[in-house]
Amino acid sequence: MLTYSNYSEKISQLKNKKLSLQENVQYFLNQIKTKEHLNAFNFVFDDAIEQANTISKKIEDGTAGKLAGMVVAIKDVLAIKDKPLTCSSKILKDFVSIYNATAVKKLIDEDAIIIGKTNCDEFAMGSSNENSAFGAVLNPVDEERVPGGSSGGSAAVVAAGLCDVSLGTDTGGSIRQPAALCGIYGLKPTYGRVSRYGLTAFASSFDSIGPFSNNVEDAALVMEVIAGYDKNDSTSVNKGIPGYLENIALDKKLKIGVPKEFFAEGLDPEIKESIETQIEKLKSDGFEIVNIDLPHTQYSIATYYILTTAEASSNLARYDGARYGTRKENPKDLIDMYTSSRSENFGDEVKRRIMLGTYVLSAGYYDAYYKKAQKVRRLFKNDFDKAFELVDIILTPTVPATAFKLAEKMNDPLAMYLGDIYTTSANLAGIPGINIPVGKNSSGLPIGMQLMSAQFNEETLFQMSYYIQKKLL
Amino acid sequence: MSVSKDDVKHIAKLARLKLNDEEIESYTGNLNDILKYIDKLNELELDDVEPLSHPVENTNVFREDELKESTTTDEALKNAPDRTDQYFRVPKVISQSNN
Repeated sequence: MLTYSNYSEKISQLKNKKLSLQENVQYFLNQIKTKEHLNAFNFVFDDAIEQANTISKKIEDGTAGKLAGMVVAIKDVLAIKDKPLTCSSKILKDFVSIYNATAVKKLIDEDAIIIGKTNCDEFAMGSSNENSAFGAVLNPVDEERVPGGSSGGSAAVVAAGLCDVSLGTDTGGSIRQPAALCGIYGLKPTYGRVSRYGLTAFASSFDSIGPFSNNVEDAALVMEVIAGYDKNDSTSVNKGIPGYLENIALDKKLKIGVPKEFFAEGLDPEIKESIETQIEKLKSDGFEIVNIDLPHTQYSIATYYILTTAEASSNLARYDGARYGTRKENPKDLIDMYTSSRSENFGDEVKRRIMLGTYVLSAGYYDAYYKKAQKVRRLFKNDFDKAFELVDIILTPTVPATAFKLAEKMNDPLAMYLGDIYTTSANLAGIPGINIPVGKNSSGLPIGMQLMSAQFNEETLFQMSYYIQKKLL
Repeated sequence: MSVSKDDVKHIAKLARLKLNDEEIESYTGNLNDILKYIDKLNELELDDVEPLSHPVENTNVFREDELKESTTTDEALKNAPDRTDQYFRVPKVISQSNN
């Protein structure tokens, strides 16, 4: 059992020798073995023990970084030097990274221990973690159900207690949705807040890297470390990073916006009731609750799937079997090398999205789809800009339903996509959003509540989430 | 809008994918479901709306054109499926016919 409830407690126990880092890492490695059937890790790094030895010494010497001994799992779409990087795809099954992703490097520089790489939907495309060449991940809360996706492995390992925190990526909800389905915290930062250098591109104007954790404080601390401008990612933004953890106490009553579009038909009644209970509690604690409009919400999925598949079809053109990745053996010519390598090694959902993306970008259809969707994207940005003139925070459910059964939605891609209705808006507008586990339904399945704030205002999200964690839950 | 099986074959060719009959059948159905759903966007009046290509609208990023340390040839070739000396090796690029 773990003797600490967040990293601050862990580091003080490590410093006063109540906890041994080696034993702690060994405990996690043992738990990973016990929970192997969850299939949440693609790779486990046994050298974590050696990392623990080195970092223990640093802690003793007083030279350790600010994440010393934090045990972290990394979604297998991020590069770790000399480790496999597969994106849960056959096309990268033998790929080994030659450099560190910036987010990973920053964790390592602060003496975090990387314990392994987590399973995910292939190239982060999916909402159930069933589109993986490594097979599906089971939800640790109910093993007959999906953990959500695409960062299903990263959510499952934190929920199952196999590490302290993990990194995932969120293009349309891929951090917040699995966090909701597994009952943990998960933050999608502002677009550009965390460098994408070393992240395998899915939809470049949407992809964001963020943490999963069992408490708000650890997510805040990890964000402090991984956020910031990076010369290797020209879309990363050069803005100061507040001390998220230091400033985590909320010192004023915020205005909270509740958009009616997120509580309309299609929302599970138990989730609705649970979120409304939280809203009532906030109201009685003196927070001002404001009804707001996000009138284009019903168009988010359509807009999202045009833009992201278009970007994906272009990004995934690089997997051609020429310079890296799996190549068809003895291709008869160059075109056969391209087409056979791709067709034999991409999974069904990845192909489907490449097809849709290629279509919407093809001659004669660009204006009807891609350009139109970019215009609608502007409307989303305008809606949120307007809303954040009125309120500090927007509060919604994270997902319309709790974790569904394995295989339940695999034959209906559109139904799977529609589950992202509450999360895609934040990616369209580039704003941050966090999942807060607010309770369980009558079957014991986790219910997630989402908070969103204006761009680059993660600080307020952490403060509000921390308040809810401390006072309401 | 909707796509026919021939459209799907054409898109697959553009995307450098080879689909079998079963895949052509299922992707035609899937794409049509999705395209029908996407047609929702036609309800919106968008003539006066500027497209948004990027959520954080920053200006172009320039830098000095300086020589910096970069990936070595050996590292770059580390994941190559096939190589010869310092190069990636691929099947012959130029063929005799125009196909």
